[in-house]
Amino acid sequence: MKRRDARAFWLFVGPFLIGLAVFAYLPIGWSAYLSFFDARNTVTPTDFVGLDNYGHMLTDEPFLSSLGTFSVFAVFIVPLTFVLSLALALGVNQLRFARAFFRSVFFLPFACSYVVASLIWKTSLFSGVRYGLANTVLGLFGADPVAWTGTVHPPLYWIVLVTARLWLQLGFYMILFIAALQRIPRHLYEAAWLDGAKPGWQVFRYVTLPQLRSTAVAVLLLNLINAYQAFDEFYNIMGDSRGYPPFARPPLVYLYYTSLGSGGQDLGRGSAGAVILALIIALVTLLQGRVLRFGRTA
Amino acid sequence: MRAFLRWASLSVAAILFLLPFYLLLRNGLASRAEITAPEWTFFPSTVHWENFSKLFSADDVPFARSLLNSAVVAVLQTVGLLVLCSLAGYGLARIPYRHSRIVFYAVLATLMIPTSVTFVPSFVVVSSLGWLSDFRGLVIPGLFSAFSVFLFRQYFLDFPRELEEAGRVDGLSRWGVFWRIVVPNSKGFFAAIAVITVIGSWNAFLWPLIIAQSPDSWTVQVALSGLLTAQNPQLNLLFLAAAVSILPIVLLFAFLQRYLVRGVTESGLTG
Repeated sequence: MKRRDARAFWLFVGPFLIGLAVFAYLPIGWSAYLSFFDARNTVTPTDFVGLDNYGHMLTDEPFLSSLGTFSVFAVFIVPLTFVLSLALALGVNQLRFARAFFRSVFFLPFACSYVVASLIWKTSLFSGVRYGLANTVLGLFGADPVAWTGTVHPPLYWIVLVTARLWLQLGFYMILFIAALQRIPRHLYEAAWLDGAKPGWQVFRYVTLPQLRSTAVAVLLLNLINAYQAFDEFYNIMGDSRGYPPFARPPLVYLYYTSLGSGGQDLGRGSAGAVILALIIALVTLLQGRVLRFGRTA
Repeated sequence: MRAFLRWASLSVAAILFLLPFYLLLRNGLASRAEITAPEWTFFPSTVHWENFSKLFSADDVPFARSLLNSAVVAVLQTVGLLVLCSLAGYGLARIPYRHSRIVFYAVLATLMIPTSVTFVPSFVVVSSLGWLSDFRGLVIPGLFSAFSVFLFRQYFLDFPRELEEAGRVDGLSRWGVFWRIVVPNSKGFFAAIAVITVIGSWNAFLWPLIIAQSPDSWTVQVALSGLLTAQNPQLNLLFLAAAVSILPIVLLFAFLQRYLVRGVTESGLTG
């Protein structure tokens, strides 16, 4: 029986594992290998350069500034998404009717791609010319049109990037919060009421919020990981036929241009950057797990 | 008073959330001149239905082709992922094997590794296989989703054992139990994963951008992006193309939202 179980196990899991080996483990190993070689325009390099690629990336101003760009983005997008999606969930959850309608409306943008959102944000909502919607609204107040994606001082392009992502992802996190809200046992609220807690802030602070703990941690972590992976809207909103401006390149956009972009094709340095990024992410995730006590039930 | 304020603020939020959808339609059905008119109007003066035929007959833009490519990729990827990942998830959840824990950790470990790290070497692997600008390159690497295996495993751990035992008593093998009993009784969960996979596949951008190098193999997102970053794009046609591109997903969303919400909330993320 044991042997038959083993055979059945490999029959079920084997095909997936082969794919995982080829498309996950092999690439990771290859990346580590490439990062020690001079691999310009080649995937089978011969020039061993030791830690040179790492040294280059760690002193490379654009790479370091891409890490800075990510940090600024995370500082805005993570708390805003958290607060707004929780607010939407609380609002929708307390409705007596039309609840399904509002839930659907807020969740609907999740069906859209970042490319479509980029198109709307870049060429219609926040178009830099007078006919853009934001500039039309400003014009009603007598203000001059603003070049939203091109203005660096103050960095107005952040408004475009952050609002696009908020529109796309708030509904998803709202659904997670609504599910968690509906799992809170009724009797906790009744007990709080008997104990004289005032409806509103007190009940929220002492009953609702503690019950949301594990969902809140999941939302924060997912959100941060997704912010790390930011590519689509940055690439499409900031880039155009004249290229990508030197500012607002998150790490993934920067690595894309370094390793695969026209002209660059430096897979060695790109891989070194990817390894550095992986180490940073691993470190941040570990720290976060410590701080937020991820995985433990409160 | 509180209820009224809640209604008012949610309604304002809802209008803001719907506004971008409205802009897609408004700009997609406007004339070229009207989009860039100095005076912005809420409604275009005439609805230009002929934009549809212009969009699909433009020679320089392989838009219809890109829709077809995306549909093929989404279908193949979803079917393949459901088969591979449900089998692996079931094996990990149900088949006693002494190394199954190690295998499970080997699968989980890849979850920790972000796209930013794997996209370059994955490109290297796919290009050495000669799969660039090819359906194989677009579809196959996406089939091995550790996350989906994890979700299937969690789901099968809770699957009622009595049903499976009834099948074994009737003389079915493990393979038979899986296909004849487990799968037919798990349609809702398969649907949830399917909806999430279709949406993810249809909306994917970075991977198709890297792999689909010849315009004939562009997916719809790559085609849109190419138009968006082109010199002097025809904005009205671009908006119409974007509206057409979200239509299948919005329809799927409307009909299968139940499963989608279930998939999201049962995904084991919220404990």
